[in-house]
Amino acid sequence: MSEVPRFWRESRHRYRLVGTRCTNCDTLYFPPRVICPTCRRESVGKMKEEEMSGAGEIYSFTVVHDGLEQFKMQIPYVMALVKMKDGPFVTAQIVDCSPEEVKIGTKVTATLRKVRSEGKEGIIQYGYKFTICP
Amino acid sequence: MSSIVSYGSYIPRFRIRTEDIAKEWGENPENIKSGLFIHSKSVPGPDEDVLTISAEAAKNALRRTDLDKSKIGAIYVGSESHPYAVKPTSSILVEALGLSYDIHSADYEFACKAGTAAMQNVMAMVDSGQIENGMAIGADTSQGAPGDALEYSASAGGTAILIGKNGFADFNATLSFTTDTPDFWRREGEKYPSHGGRFTGEPAYFKHVLTGAKKMMERMGTKPEDYDYAIFHQPNGKFPTRAAKMLGFKDEQVKDGLLTPYIGNTYSSSMIIGLSAVLDKAESGDRILGVAFGSGAGSDVFDMTVNDRVKSLKRERAKGVMEQVNNPIWIDYATYVKYRGKIIMRGA
Repeated sequence: MSEVPRFWRESRHRYRLVGTRCTNCDTLYFPPRVICPTCRRESVGKMKEEEMSGAGEIYSFTVVHDGLEQFKMQIPYVMALVKMKDGPFVTAQIVDCSPEEVKIGTKVTATLRKVRSEGKEGIIQYGYKFTICP
Repeated sequence: MSSIVSYGSYIPRFRIRTEDIAKEWGENPENIKSGLFIHSKSVPGPDEDVLTISAEAAKNALRRTDLDKSKIGAIYVGSESHPYAVKPTSSILVEALGLSYDIHSADYEFACKAGTAAMQNVMAMVDSGQIENGMAIGADTSQGAPGDALEYSASAGGTAILIGKNGFADFNATLSFTTDTPDFWRREGEKYPSHGGRFTGEPAYFKHVLTGAKKMMERMGTKPEDYDYAIFHQPNGKFPTRAAKMLGFKDEQVKDGLLTPYIGNTYSSSMIIGLSAVLDKAESGDRILGVAFGSGAGSDVFDMTVNDRVKSLKRERAKGVMEQVNNPIWIDYATYVKYRGKIIMRGA
């Protein structure tokens, strides 16, 4: 049960792709940052939470044939680097498709899915994955 | 008067055909298809459950309106397959949808009519002035034991109905009819439900659906021909078709809201996903009768009229029901049992 507090602290970011924008240099970060790595002390108190639209495109991807035990049911599955329309890059699973359907530049949209669970008794961790836009 | 401000549905893309289930159990698929009138059903992906389905349905509802999310004062989720036995689906949705924390939330259970029970409570809260708007969701990832007749119908899907004042479809009235009828049940801790076979027909489904519909038409002084659309709970394709005929409704009033032949029985979303399909095409002035049924047993009945505000509804911002129905990924029985957890896997 050790992951409960950490997961809970990050849940809104994982559920809704909430990042932080540095209002000093107008850069959006995901995962959220407490201070802007560019503006540093100038950004203190100027980082604002912002929800991304969920739209993006595949920047690069790989097909996983020997995955983690909890993802065994979904092999082969696609893990991709998604360039979000809002700016940041996000690493995520692409679901509801075969690997042949995924190409660099394919438009995708975020969807909420189960990511993992702590056995049958622990909490279920939900988060973003992506589906291909029709 | 409370009304529907927006609506949205979500149907998982995976589907299995009746033929693929029947051949594993030595059944004649044509007998099943003609007996139950089900050709295929939706199957949730291995990473989908009632929370994820509810979230996607609710997001579709929110996309179709410009309503300020902070003005949603209640969210209720009806289901018989909530992910947790203790830990509400609705509270996770508050965060997942970015709603205000100053909100009433609860999970409901009444077999296949938990979603409509949620609708009635939101309507009452809006009508009494307790809240301005509220969201009622019916969603399920229903289970049927391997080899059981339910395996042909038990499917997955969800529908969210956003209710408030000044919506595009007015609720003229709602009523319920409830009796103690043990037609279908699942005991605590059991994985699969049990049912009373033919007992699920006359004393359960037909008694409650027909009585509820008749009581509503009696209260409103209406006849079947006064409605442009009628939607009935659809555990299979046969029951609602027969109930409609017994009440005097014609096929053209029923066909747009009858989805079970293509996606199976989505349980708590069953009647309201049919309503969602009707709302995808309904026009101003259309009158709709919706009759939900939940085993155990009871019916919730709604009389609704679409008004002129439907013209400014942003339907195109979310995928309609038929658009989702017509976008399947077909799977075989082996994949189906794997996805539904019917085989034991280490660490899964």
